[in-house]
Amino acid sequence: MRCLIIAEHDGQNLNTATARAVAAASQLGVEAIDVAVLAHGGQALAEQAAILEGVSQVLLLDREENAHPLAAVLAPQIAALAEGYSHLFMPSTTFGKDVLPRVAALMGLPQISDLMTVKGPHHFERPVYAGNAIIELQCPPEQPVLATVRTASFKPVGTGDAAPIETRALEIDLPGHTRFVALEADAGDRPDLQSAERVVSGGRGLGSEENFRLVEQLADKLHAAVGASRAAVDAGYAPNDLQVGQTGKIIAPELYIALGISGAIQHLTGIKDAGTIVAINKDPDAPIFEVADLGLVGDLFEIVPQLLEKLD
Amino acid sequence: MKILVALKRVVDYNVRIQVKPDGSGVAVEGAKMSINPFDEIALEEALRLKEADKAEEVIVVSIGPEAAQQQLRTGLAMGADRAILVQSDEAVSPLHAARILHTLVQAEQPGLVLLGKQAIDDDSNQTGQMLAALWGRPQATFASKVALEGETATVTREVDAGLETIAVDLPAVITSDLRLNEPRFVKLPDIMKAKRKPLDIRPLEELGVTPPPACQIVRWRAPEPRQAGHKVETVDELLTALKERGVL
Repeated sequence: MRCLIIAEHDGQNLNTATARAVAAASQLGVEAIDVAVLAHGGQALAEQAAILEGVSQVLLLDREENAHPLAAVLAPQIAALAEGYSHLFMPSTTFGKDVLPRVAALMGLPQISDLMTVKGPHHFERPVYAGNAIIELQCPPEQPVLATVRTASFKPVGTGDAAPIETRALEIDLPGHTRFVALEADAGDRPDLQSAERVVSGGRGLGSEENFRLVEQLADKLHAAVGASRAAVDAGYAPNDLQVGQTGKIIAPELYIALGISGAIQHLTGIKDAGTIVAINKDPDAPIFEVADLGLVGDLFEIVPQLLEKLD
Repeated sequence: MKILVALKRVVDYNVRIQVKPDGSGVAVEGAKMSINPFDEIALEEALRLKEADKAEEVIVVSIGPEAAQQQLRTGLAMGADRAILVQSDEAVSPLHAARILHTLVQAEQPGLVLLGKQAIDDDSNQTGQMLAALWGRPQATFASKVALEGETATVTREVDAGLETIAVDLPAVITSDLRLNEPRFVKLPDIMKAKRKPLDIRPLEELGVTPPPACQIVRWRAPEPRQAGHKVETVDELLTALKERGVL
């Protein structure tokens, strides 16, 4: 049995989601874990993939069409590469969710979304109903397993000795019907909310868009990403794409600090896999305290400035 | 141009989901059922395109039990022109659903297929992409903005890195994210009107679609609850506790 993982990257750097997918693959008990890098000018990316612990070989598919991650362009190449592998994994990020089902349909195979537990090479768990239920799946051993790996469920593997890199050239005509136009990255130098190690989120307790700056200040001090509750987004304090929760982003940072967030079910669903949850709220009965590892009851407009000062 | 919109009948998002003690499934018998919210957004987008004279006809399709007619009637009341129910009492997997939709697409020849990015029951997020692959056409997933111009759709996608814009040639499959639009409310006269719109019921067996191989669900369980920690009194105590945990 051999597992192939498709690396996620932004053209310069490998996303940590790739190292998390390798961690999931390491639990399968397969003989080899190969990582494929589909990129344009991807030698440095291949080198980053080669040092991930447990990787046997890196396959580099370097061609101009791979400059941007377009599912219609990548899928036929991945389907061809996957030949002979027992497992094909991608991270369950917007990248993996976009691309892998297209590969699966080309291969005529089912796909598992958000694989969260490896119980055996063909035996897995995944969440359904927004994480309110978990299903255990048994897959037919005679056919390849295709899965997106829920990144929050696996810690990224470390680095070690470099595995060999093999450059592959595939003779495949790629479609021109899908074209990249632009990517408008999230504001500033802050880490990406989905993959950040630390996240500071603000809720309705902030009271205004102006006050929401406090959340940003604390985030910047901690090199954290900024998030928001649905209430804060609906009130116009923060933009839509910062929303954390069932209908926004489901995240699992090492540290999550909730400022003025009461903790509606829909928000808690989005953070329940976080490492340490800190809640700061003036209402001692707020539901957020029922899931927080550390709670501090009080006025965030007094507490946050103190934190900022003491973190200097 | 025709637009085909797929609507899945799902347990309403306000219903609290509980796993049955014997692990055989979730206890949702008699629960309120609705159109999958992401599919409702997809339908709204299709209707807006029709109202902007970018499309002539909006067809809603569902794969599900006889009762899924309710969701199709709601879709008709929102403004769709006609409906097709592929009747199946068994739940179908995403690849199976994509194959079924593909046969309908071949018959109807739409210029655009719109559906939700995922259904809120199985959370698979696969069917649209799979349909696009089988059809050999472009896909634009997680759409938060759609602009049609001639034979091209320019779609803004909500990806982890920010907002990505791609251009796709039609016909194409677009899957909607939460922020694409806010679906309209259905008005009573429209519900009455919807009763007279055509709703075509086709048994799944008659379509001749082979179900693909699938993984079996062997057990359901509830997620492990998160335990509450403790409260600290001061900022200093908080910082000390965070350092002890190694997160600062």
